[in-house]
Amino acid sequence: MPKLTIDGIAVEVPANTTILQAAEMVGVEIPRFCYHDRLSIAGNCRMCLVDVEKSPKPVASCAMPVGEGMVVHTKSDRANKARGGVMEFLLINHPLDCPICDQGGECDLQDQAMAYGFDRGRFHENKRAVKDKYMGPVVETVMTRCIHCTRCVRFATEVAGVPQLGATGRGEDMEITTYLEGALSSELSGNVVDLCPVGALTSKPYAFNARPWELRKTESIDVMDAVGTNIRLDARGRQVLRVLPRINEDVNEEWLADKGRHAIDGLRAQRLDQPYVRKNGKLEPATWDEAFAAIVGRVKGLSGGKIAAIAGDTADAESMLALKDLMSAFGSPNLDCRQDGAALDPAVRASYLFNSTIAGIEQADALLIVGADPRKEAPVLNARIRKRFLRGGFPICVVGAATDLTYKYDHLGTGADVLAKIADGSHAVAAALKNAKKPMLILGMAALTRADGAAILAAAKAVADNCGLVKDGWNGFNVLHTAAARVGGLDVGFVPGAGGKDTRGILEAAGKGEIEAVYLLGADEIDTAKLGKAFVIYQGHHGDRGAHRADVILPGAAYTEKDGTYVNTEGRVQRALRAVFAPGDAREDWTIIRALSEKFGKTLPYDNLAQVRARLAFVNPLFAAAGKIKAAEWQAFGASGAIAATGFDYPVKNYYMTDPISRASRTMAQCTEEFVSGGSKHKPSDPKTGTHG
Amino acid sequence: MSSRALAKDQPASFAFNAEMMAQAKRIIAKYPAGRQASAVIPLLDLAQRQEGWVTRPAVEEIAKILDMAPMRVLEVATFYTMFNLAPVGKTHVQICTSVSCWLRGSNDVIRACKEKLGIGMGQATPDGLFSVGELECAGACVNAPVVQVGDDYYEDLDLAGAGKLLDALKRGEKPAVGSVTGRDGSAPAGAPITLTEKPVPPPKQDFAAAKVAFEKAKADAAAKAAAPKA
Repeated sequence: MPKLTIDGIAVEVPANTTILQAAEMVGVEIPRFCYHDRLSIAGNCRMCLVDVEKSPKPVASCAMPVGEGMVVHTKSDRANKARGGVMEFLLINHPLDCPICDQGGECDLQDQAMAYGFDRGRFHENKRAVKDKYMGPVVETVMTRCIHCTRCVRFATEVAGVPQLGATGRGEDMEITTYLEGALSSELSGNVVDLCPVGALTSKPYAFNARPWELRKTESIDVMDAVGTNIRLDARGRQVLRVLPRINEDVNEEWLADKGRHAIDGLRAQRLDQPYVRKNGKLEPATWDEAFAAIVGRVKGLSGGKIAAIAGDTADAESMLALKDLMSAFGSPNLDCRQDGAALDPAVRASYLFNSTIAGIEQADALLIVGADPRKEAPVLNARIRKRFLRGGFPICVVGAATDLTYKYDHLGTGADVLAKIADGSHAVAAALKNAKKPMLILGMAALTRADGAAILAAAKAVADNCGLVKDGWNGFNVLHTAAARVGGLDVGFVPGAGGKDTRGILEAAGKGEIEAVYLLGADEIDTAKLGKAFVIYQGHHGDRGAHRADVILPGAAYTEKDGTYVNTEGRVQRALRAVFAPGDAREDWTIIRALSEKFGKTLPYDNLAQVRARLAFVNPLFAAAGKIKAAEWQAFGASGAIAATGFDYPVKNYYMTDPISRASRTMAQCTEEFVSGGSKHKPSDPKTGTHG
Repeated sequence: MSSRALAKDQPASFAFNAEMMAQAKRIIAKYPAGRQASAVIPLLDLAQRQEGWVTRPAVEEIAKILDMAPMRVLEVATFYTMFNLAPVGKTHVQICTSVSCWLRGSNDVIRACKEKLGIGMGQATPDGLFSVGELECAGACVNAPVVQVGDDYYEDLDLAGAGKLLDALKRGEKPAVGSVTGRDGSAPAGAPITLTEKPVPPPKQDFAAAKVAFEKAKADAAAKAAAPKA
């Protein structure tokens, strides 16, 4: 533990700490451009120069390990002069276009030029201009502004695992570009915009929309996948203009997947902003009273067994609780939050959680992925797996389709029957898992939504038991969900009651006419054609599949428009705050159900959010502890049976369109065109430079 | 120099021929397992020797051989100006225009190319036999101005010398490399002006006698040490 002095503060830090990190520990700020906590050290911007006594030259603090007895001055004349010089060089080729630059107001270069820059330029030669590069539908480039920090290159190579970015040429002719100017084909590409310390890489959909100081910032949770990425919603007026990640070391570190970042323009299209009632086969606008009257007129008097409810993939726990309470009031046991029909056991919490936790991936030393495509189903979680992979000593095996997961793995086969072989120990991988200290199994939805899903779950349990995945202080059994609402729904108990029907049963019964009324809470991923002649109430925010089939539409709020509780795939309860109000007559979802219950004379016992949350905590005490994780108890689950040797049918075929919001999003449509349907419209002709508009 | 990028028109494919592949394997074997990416520069050079320039399929083929991302190979290829990213003539004449050569008359060499080949800097003859390119300092300033053709340097050029060199190349000859004025390496042009006197040899030493004297002194000392003290 070397001891050193930084600006007169004595500090003892672990060996191999850099001066910059040591300075951060004692609260001394050192300016930097190229250094980033989560990327490798490049040491090429030279902005972090400090003065170290007995050193003949200023030292780049980001790359210099601390030494015993070092005396560092970060604010001495020599350090300041060195930084001023670096800043002057950086500004030589940086355009003075801050007034038309989207980074303005949140630009590292702008801020640091204020602190360290000279008050006038001494450079009278021509500035260089660089042609702008195409990097896909979400990253706008103005390459003349680039200061060559290479943060984006390192991010793409190290974190995202798509080594397409690089620096060509050298010296004054160095340019950051993608290989042959193709789009950056990563689900995490939007993060390079956050990493860029200047305005070279900016958000394409958000271009010229707002200045950072005009935006109202609200903390929220991403619902585009089940990772529960912590986000910040930046809104102006009634529009959420952009989404940025918040730092949460346990969940997303500081990354955010592209869908969560850019699907928000879908919140402005296809919205349900007033109730609709189907009259003579056509949906017609109605008032709330008319809509409620239509529901009461059709549903009142039906026995509980003839009513059913299905909750969708982005429903908040509050609304699912309210709907569950309403269904109980009706006496209906037919409710399910698993609209994909996954064979999860709601009785055993450990059977449906990512028990190792996302941060726990970094401690694991062996991984078996079964029927999951984490790159598409949870890109941020996949980045964590890659982070662990890069550290080495982490063998990864995959049962399922052999896709590019951004890391190397052993492909054990496409058929699910391989799992049974691992479970009975006849497969070589079983021994490898047994020998590992902290082995992990990730079970995907593709494995659980099949007809033999319960048998696969049982086989996975057998693998966990036989190969020592569950031991003291470690649970290596993990289910990777694809829906933000799923774990919350299971925790609330939005599952069939005694003798109740699950999603498959509800659809079957509705088709036969046994179930006469179906309440869809934002459920769009079911086959609505199977609902037969049932009376369908759709509560949601987008005119998507469910709304097209509905007899009554109740306009609800999207995740940005309500205070909601979501439980991520690890079982972490997280609260999202409302950033804007829902459009038109739309209301927060639990209030709609509460108002409807009153019309039936079965008024639900809560009038405000605090009371709903209290009821949530009563139903399941886990909801009282937001942000925390409680380890689930390991119990028996699954139903043994035969496993078919067929391959998996993955739920996320097109990463960019998985839910009503992303399906309505123009940006996601562009991404689909670029990356999925393979028809890039980009033509590299006539590239412009930032300075020539 | 402008920004370096691969040429627009590219061949459909690239593969090392048997001889180059054997060389490539020999080069890759020099590096420890897992560090094969270190062979990227020599392999790009081999590709350029085979095709005359570095093509996009070559970049991708080398990336595949060395298990690298194509972007990483492209970064190297664009970094070093010695790699031609566009087709060049069969004989690629590179003229050093850095400061020493320029002061010593590299402009005359350029003029000679215009006169003899009819092409200027960065151009190629229509028959594809010759092209002229710029060379950053070739490190042969002492014999400036310098022209590089393939692996060979031609030095001490002037308008006439360069013309003669180009004529010979046009005839398909391979002129003697080095100084075209016939000076020996970097020895002074014309007669030496320093160190002209005959070198004085070092004084002769009789090593055999010295060895005998040394052995004798050693034996004496030993005898003295062994003798009983008086």
